[in-house]
Amino acid sequence: MAILEIKDMRKSFGKVAVLRGVDFTLEKGEVLVIIGSSGSGKTTLLRCLNFLESPDCGTFLFNGEELYAADKEYSDAEIREKRLHFGLVFQQFNLFPQYTVLKNITLAPDLREPNDKERHLETAKALLEKIGLSDRADAYPCQLSGGQQQRVAIARALAMEPDILCFDEPTSALDPELTGEVLKVIRSLKSSDSTMIVVTHEMAFARDVADKVIFMADGVIEECGTPEEVFGNPKSARLKAFLAKTE
Amino acid sequence: MDQFITVVGALNEGFWQTLKLFFFTLIGALPLGLVIAFGSMSKLAPLRWLCRALVWVFRGTPLMLQLLIIFFVPGYLLPGGTPWTGENGRFMASVVAFIINYACYFSEIYRGGIQGVPVGQQEAGQVLGMSKSQIFFKVTLLQMVKRIIPPMSNEIITLVKDTSIARIIALEELIFAGYSFLKGSHGYAGLLWPLFFTGVYYLLFNGILTLFFGWLEKKLSYFRV
Ligand SMILES: Nc1ncnc2c1ncn2[C@@H]1O[C@H](COP(=O)(O)OP(=O)(O)O)[C@@H](O)[C@H]1O
Ligand SMILES: [Mg+2]
Repeated sequence: MAILEIKDMRKSFGKVAVLRGVDFTLEKGEVLVIIGSSGSGKTTLLRCLNFLESPDCGTFLFNGEELYAADKEYSDAEIREKRLHFGLVFQQFNLFPQYTVLKNITLAPDLREPNDKERHLETAKALLEKIGLSDRADAYPCQLSGGQQQRVAIARALAMEPDILCFDEPTSALDPELTGEVLKVIRSLKSSDSTMIVVTHEMAFARDVADKVIFMADGVIEECGTPEEVFGNPKSARLKAFLAKTE
Repeated sequence: MDQFITVVGALNEGFWQTLKLFFFTLIGALPLGLVIAFGSMSKLAPLRWLCRALVWVFRGTPLMLQLLIIFFVPGYLLPGGTPWTGENGRFMASVVAFIINYACYFSEIYRGGIQGVPVGQQEAGQVLGMSKSQIFFKVTLLQMVKRIIPPMSNEIITLVKDTSIARIIALEELIFAGYSFLKGSHGYAGLLWPLFFTGVYYLLFNGILTLFFGWLEKKLSYFRV
């Protein structure tokens, strides 16, 4: 059964229809890469999944059960519970500048489970090891490079143990020489039980890491398939044009 | 020498009133300002307009006028007469007027400080499952404090000097005390120097505040917003 199924997600800002009916499914352990030109609605899609925007229409099924339906009302507390299934890594990192690297990672888990602080500390240290920043645990975000900041942001999201981790152009704000280290960390997360949705413009990375690729254009899924299908054998004229531009 | 001791004794008493008014105003206006700031950013339109109207009125009229109204008007309107009697009553009336007035100024500084924190900070807290109050206290507050130190230190130093406005309802604060030696008091009259000497108190106290704000700014310089 699919871990996530999205049905007919729609979102408008005023008169501008940004998502015009998006449907897809995601299996546990899959990496879904979303590509598409700027303005096609990729960020809005991830923001809806993380409850930062409320879709005008659509339902989310999680493991086959309804998690969210746009026509229902939910309290703040309910939304807080539901969003724990998801994590989001932002383009601009959004680390908390007043806290050390370690505190950035443990803050949210500690607030959620105040009696488990020691375990959170251990988890955070293990995550720092994983992203190769154990030696910067006590540094503040302003003392880190963009690539290091983004790696910490990934660790911070992982500390909440989301079922589905979303990345919104995680390397777009970085200098080209720093993108590699971040992509390497994301690639290292790929395993049978980590499910990810990655919006990116890094085509080589997308082709390499994706199990499934979605091409978005004007708020709809224009094309969807395996990386071989989407990159090797694009069907629609818009995807062909998009790929030609990014070559 | 006798003269000096008498004058300084009287000035100290005046300065004590000044200090009390200053600290009571801060204790009331710092939190009340935050409440008004949240009110003026509220999603509830009536609350928002109420708070903004309050700020408009209290920033748009002189503090001296507000003080006179708060001190004198209740005596004419309330059936039981004025609640402000004696030196203590004058002090209470001053505290009330100063708290409301300064809360309005502070609320605008807070509002700017809160709105200046990038929305991405709140969103990062949200996607990590934090509640609104957790986000405010654990994420936004310190960043806001860092942003508002310069305008707040300006406003607070202005408050030190504004306390002298309470003289209009005869609160015996520092300038009242200094001026009394010009008019005649404690057996002295026509003394000019006590008036000048009050300036020393203001300068020293504001010097201490300036050092404090410098220290605070330095204390928060370990992170960048
Ligand atoms: N909060 C918003 N208010 C109004 N328009 C928005 C808002 N967020 C996004 N949009 C518009 O929605 C469209 C899609 O944006 P976005 O989802 O960011 O696309 P992408 O991430 O694919 O570049 C853009 O035209 C953008 O201007
Ligand atoms: Mg985007």
